[in-house]
Amino acid sequence: MAMPARPRLAVFKFASCDGCQLSLLDCEDELLSIAERLDIVHFPEASRRMLIGPYDIALVEGSITTAHDRERLTEIREQSGFLVSIGACATAGGLQAMRNFADVSDYARTVYPHPEYLSTLETSTPIADHVAVDYELHGCPVDKYQLLEVVLAFASGRRPQIARESVCMECKARGNVCVLVAQGQHCLGPITQAGCGALCPAYNRGCYGCFGGKEQAQVGSLIDHLRVHHGMTLDQARRSLRAYNPTAEPLQIIALQCDKDDVSGSKRGSGGHDG
Amino acid sequence: MTGKDIPVRAGLKTRRIDVGYLARVEGEGALMVDVVDGELRDVQLKIFEPPRFFEAFLQGRELTEAPDITARICGICPVAYMMSAVHALEAMLGIRPDEGIRRLRRLLYCGEWIESHVLHIYMLHAPDFLGFDDAITLAREHPDVVKRGLRMKKAGNDIVKLLGGREIHPINVRVGGFYKIPEVAVFNALLDELKWARDAAAETVFWAAGLDIPNMHRDYEFVALRHDSDYPFSEGRIVSSRGLDIAMAQYPNHFSERQVPHSNALHSVRTPGNTPYFVGPMARYNLNRDRLSNATRNLACEVGFDRTVDNPFESIVVRALEVFQAFDEAIRLIDDFIVPARAAEVVPAGGGVGMAATEAPRGLLFHRYEVGEDGLITLANIVPPTSQNQLTIEQDLHELVAGNLHLAESELTVLCEQAIRNYDPCISCATHFLKLQLRHG
Repeated sequence: MAMPARPRLAVFKFASCDGCQLSLLDCEDELLSIAERLDIVHFPEASRRMLIGPYDIALVEGSITTAHDRERLTEIREQSGFLVSIGACATAGGLQAMRNFADVSDYARTVYPHPEYLSTLETSTPIADHVAVDYELHGCPVDKYQLLEVVLAFASGRRPQIARESVCMECKARGNVCVLVAQGQHCLGPITQAGCGALCPAYNRGCYGCFGGKEQAQVGSLIDHLRVHHGMTLDQARRSLRAYNPTAEPLQIIALQCDKDDVSGSKRGSGGHDG
Repeated sequence: MTGKDIPVRAGLKTRRIDVGYLARVEGEGALMVDVVDGELRDVQLKIFEPPRFFEAFLQGRELTEAPDITARICGICPVAYMMSAVHALEAMLGIRPDEGIRRLRRLLYCGEWIESHVLHIYMLHAPDFLGFDDAITLAREHPDVVKRGLRMKKAGNDIVKLLGGREIHPINVRVGGFYKIPEVAVFNALLDELKWARDAAAETVFWAAGLDIPNMHRDYEFVALRHDSDYPFSEGRIVSSRGLDIAMAQYPNHFSERQVPHSNALHSVRTPGNTPYFVGPMARYNLNRDRLSNATRNLACEVGFDRTVDNPFESIVVRALEVFQAFDEAIRLIDDFIVPARAAEVVPAGGGVGMAATEAPRGLLFHRYEVGEDGLITLANIVPPTSQNQLTIEQDLHELVAGNLHLAESELTVLCEQAIRNYDPCISCATHFLKLQLRHG
């Protein structure tokens, strides 16, 4: 698709915390020049001006949790040249996808005295489960410089240059001491998509996987290692895999394996809380 | 609707304002206003942001996971969620971090207030006062104003980034303290920019006080924390302008949440009378003016704000004063830096019940947890500021619409939106907000 000199950018929100689209407003040094380069025609969090499509680039935040949102997404897809899903909710269901492993009516009763007033789906699902997505940007939240790169790349008619390596690579580049090997911390860095700059290990804590599963990650091997050598319990393993990116495939497969191990009576740890 | 109704409806003068999706607020909401024959019938603030059920999936998680998980309720005020969680759980476990940790937590909270308030003042609220759709178009006519706001916002975000690791969903907060205490030298490196920003905040106060501010006064019950010596962030008692003065743990005995069919957010009321109340910058300010720094009080006097503020449209000035206060305190906290004895206190095994309220940028944020002896959360209850303000917002709109039915549709709509933004509502938080539909029918 030929990109016009000043493409029309739209930002849409589904179930989310608003943090990923806020990343755009957090580009304090770049925001005014972005607004010159692109015509931001639909961004309700920032403007009353909400123009109808078609849009050259649509940024979609949040996961699909209602039938109405599923329909709205279909209309957005029809109106958009390139559709980019941003953040853990849009790419992997978000924390709210923990309902996928529970009974959502139990959830509604826990939070609301009159669950009958609500209309919600049984699951929280990523954007790509419903419509064709041109690019997925990971992170809870996304990194604002990666977001800028993606927007400017599409505006210039090229593919975004986003590294698909693991957090370990960023950690080595940053010169961090390995918190897993040296301190025995339950670090998910080896199986987690880079992009944060190896933030948690730089602050003396194990990566908790907010950027989601790296492609072709050896999730099972890492979890086995943490369980055998670093005292991770089955429950801890399952909790760490079902958190910020619950529908990410490599994580989900091993989390399901944990469920099976649990049923078959594999040994459980004491479940201390060492953070 | 039957044919018989048509003559009846034709006989009535009916109007409809319909804002399908309220802009410049965080999250998804609508407003519906019914006017029949020149008489205001009903105002409903509709929150259609889909529920995410945080309180449900916190069950079964380790207590140490609560700060990072609850941060995800709100991308604009994650620090507030983290702070309410750590204070509630530390109260339960008897953890008392030292003065060094306490000061760093205040510094982190300063950063979030600045980042959130400046976003609201310049990018969400000011365009209403000046007649623009957004800060981008405002910047075409007033580039220096918007650039000043963006630079101040960045200074706030720089505090959060340095101490928290990143601006949104910081990673350095834990029950017991922090994962890592940055070197004092890196804080000192922020000082020059923070001093510029404190001056810019004073300019912001004068600029905001000079805006054309609509006039509306109501008799509110303001509710906020009050601390022995400091402007409130995370410590103190819960007090109100009508004499309430309780420990944080007494909150459930004096406030309750109820659900209404038109909203996915729960409404909070004062019990036993089920009356609305007001949380946020104006409540904090009215109840804690004597806790402001001398510099902030002097500034308030200069713009005529050394008084109780009961016009919600003046909240933009109060927010600016709080931004000044936050920069002023941040500078003092860095000047008087105390290196904590350790990055974090040890988290002992065990459970119990823990409660805490802290002052999120938008107001009081209450968390309550029940935790088993295995350290797993069995029950969580979170009451965000926007659900506490929702009834008050609806009542403001009632008064505003009833008094301004002579206005043209578009003017009335803009005024209603502006009135809603007085509260900087965060719908993502409140849906455990807005679309304006003025239905004249």
